[in-house]
Parts: sequence; C-alpha cells; structure tokens
Amino acid sequence: MGLLSKKDAKLITDPLADNNPITIQVLGICSALAITAELKASLVMGIAVLFVLSVGNVVISLMRNIIPSKIRIIVQLIVVAALVIVVDQVLKAFAYELSKTLSVFVGLIITNCIIMGRFEAFALANGPWKSFLDGIGNALGYAVILIIVGFFRELLGSGTLFGIPVLGDPIEKTGVYAIGYENNGFMLMPPMALIVVGLIIWVQRSKNKALIED
Amino acid sequence: MAVNTDKNSYTIIFAVAMVLVVGSLLAFTASSLRPNIDENKRMEKQQNILYAMGVNENEGTGDIAFIGTDKVAEQFSKYITKQLVIENGVAKEDDKAYLIDIKKEQAKGKNGGTRRLPLFVGEKDGKTFYIAPIRGKGLWDAIWGYVALNKDMVVQGTFFDHAGETPGLGANIKQRYFMDDFYGEHLLTEAGVFKGISVAKGNNDPKNEIKDDYEVDALAGATITGDGVSAMIKKDLKLYLPYFKTLK
Repeated sequence: MGLLSKKDAKLITDPLADNNPITIQVLGICSALAITAELKASLVMGIAVLFVLSVGNVVISLMRNIIPSKIRIIVQLIVVAALVIVVDQVLKAFAYELSKTLSVFVGLIITNCIIMGRFEAFALANGPWKSFLDGIGNALGYAVILIIVGFFRELLGSGTLFGIPVLGDPIEKTGVYAIGYENNGFMLMPPMALIVVGLIIWVQRSKNKALIED
Repeated sequence: MAVNTDKNSYTIIFAVAMVLVVGSLLAFTASSLRPNIDENKRMEKQQNILYAMGVNENEGTGDIAFIGTDKVAEQFSKYITKQLVIENGVAKEDDKAYLIDIKKEQAKGKNGGTRRLPLFVGEKDGKTFYIAPIRGKGLWDAIWGYVALNKDMVVQGTFFDHAGETPGLGANIKQRYFMDDFYGEHLLTEAGVFKGISVAKGNNDPKNEIKDDYEVDALAGATITGDGVSAMIKKDLKLYLPYFKTLK
C-alpha cells in the first residue's frame, strides 16, 4: 500500500485477522447470527456497515473535542441513527427497490455494537483520517466473517449460493441429492451461526497461538 | 479547546443544540422527500396488485420481477377493469380503492367501526381475477400481500411482502417458490364453507401437487412468519366471502 504509511495500513489490515471485531473483540455477534442464513444478506450487511462505520467514525472524530463526556454514548447513538435514517430516506425516494432490500438492516445497523465500540474506542481519541481507516478496516473484518459464515450456512442449509442451486435439486433429487444427500435445515437456525463462528475462532487461534488468552 | 466540556451547563447546551440540528435535518429530509416516496409507494401497490394476477416480468424460475415503473400506471388501467370498495356488504366502484390503507381499516374494524374492503377486478386472457389485499403480523413486523382469486375463491396468484422478517428465513415469503405454491389452492370446502389455507410443516407434499388439502409447504426456520401468513389469509379473506356468494 504505497498510499498509506505502515501505521495507517495496519489500521485496515489488523481488524481483518489478528484484531477481528467478531472473532477477537467479540462485537457485533447478534447481527452475525441474525442475517447470515444466506450469502446475499451477509454481503449487503457488510457493505452497509462499511458505509455507516467509516462515515460515522469520521463524524465522531471531528466532534471529539466538543462532545461532553457525560452524554457521549447518547451523542454517538444519535449520530448513527441520524446517518442511517437519512440514508434510508434518500434511498426510499430515489432507489426504492434497493431500499426495500436494505430496510431490514436499518435497525440492525443502529444497534450493531461494533459501531458504538469503534466510536468509543477509536474515533473519540483519534483524527478523522485515522478514524476513517479504522472504520473501513473493522467493517471489512466484520464483513469477512459474515461472508464466511453465510457461505457455509447457505451451502449446507439450503444447497444454494446467492440463491442459485449449486448442489442439484432437493425435490427432484438431482446432483448430490441423487446419492442420498440432504440439506441440513439446522444450519438455517441462528445457533448454528454461533457454532460456525466458534469454529472460525478455534481455527484462527490454533494457527496463531499469540491470540490465546489464558 | 478552551471550552470546559465537563460543565453541566455546557452539557445541556450541547444536548439542546444537537437535538435541534439533528431534528431539523431529519424533518427537512423527510418532508422534502415525501412526494417522491409517496409516488414510489403508489407505484409499488399497483405493481403488487398486477403481480398477484400474473402481470409481471418473471422469467424462468428466478426472482420476482415487477412490471417496470415506467409503464405500471398504463398497465394498471389496462388490466384492472374495476376497483370496488365493499362496505356493509354493498360494493361500490371507486378508482382510488387501491390507495386505501389496510392497517387503518383493520384498526377501524377492531374498534367497532365498519371496515372498508377494497377489491380489484382484473381481466387477463379472458379470465377474471378478484384481487384482495391482506395484512397481518410476522415474527418481527408487519407482513402483507395480495391474493388473486377466481369467483369460486380458488387462488390464481399471490404476492407477499414484509417489513422486517429475517433474511433467508421469514423473508423468503417474498420468494417465488413460496408464492407459487398457493396457485390452485382452494379457500372454500365443497359445501362452500370458508376454510382458508395453512402454511403447514410436514404436510408431506413439498412439490405442492395436492391442491385441495388447504395446506402449502412451510419454509424451514420460519414457523412464526408462516403462521402469520396463514392467519392473515384466514382473517382477511373471510371478510370477502359474502361478496363472492353474490357472484354465483
């Protein structure tokens, strides 16, 4: 990354693996469980959080010296909520179809604790450019996990990827279904997302022992 | 910064200013975008009604595809021959019937008032469709839809939508494979008693070939949304039974 200094680049690359918001900081778990039953929803959520977190981080960072510390959490909440609602309204007026797809995620974004977590932990203490990079990095780290979980849940639960059947037709018994394979409906349930996230955490920590707490 | 941000007076002033700024920003966006949003909603209703009677741009077995927004108004007046409002058993024509807010009418009915029931009559390829709006509750939020019936109350097409069901689970009521299952299902028994259609787990008919069992196959992991669909079909379509009896 020639554009960024080494320190700045770390802000983006760190949350992707060694300081991942989901697997290491264990933030944003609830939306990771709720919407990863299909890959498309995971991707949309990832993009939406990327936008809100990077812009929100910049806004909070610009305001960091004037926010009274007693009500900082409320101020952060208002900033996210206002941002999300304005975007939602604009989409409703000019890209109605898209807004229908996204409307489900609006509530989930506002309450996503990664967003509050990054405002609180990073944007309040750092400048706008660094906060922007931190927002991008954390949102990407979040999106990566969502996409991995969504991939396995949709593939094993519905036999599809992005809604396209990849394993054959379960009703007509073609493809792998012809040899007796069945979709695991259990993968569509939220608890399985927790187990998949758990497996990712396990794999990650067994590869990098430094991440293991005692 | 020289300002002491810990002082109570500063906190209060900041809070007031923040509320004013954010409040007026939201109010401004909402009111300046209102006409656009209303227009989009109006076109969406027309698209949904037409979708239920089979006027859409579906291809193969993929996603749902509505008539384009550029020609929806023209197609709507072409296919929908009559818009009726049924009040106290009397049907009157009203070409704004599609704008009736079902949520408000349901509340009126609950509070002892008379509920206005919109019904759209469509003609396509020599067939007559009676399209009724329905509305109910899913797991998280409202669900609604349009059901196209023939004069014997046999389903000719459906459209379902939702405000906030879980993507990949309850949200799949908006998928074609779910909506298409309703085609050909009967709402009435042989004797003409209203029975409705249930979204049933384990109805042992995943291809939905049995059309007179008053059941369609449920969606995995979406029990409550499915129950909501059954409930809104039973509750709202039953109200139209007296009108359909007059058609015979």
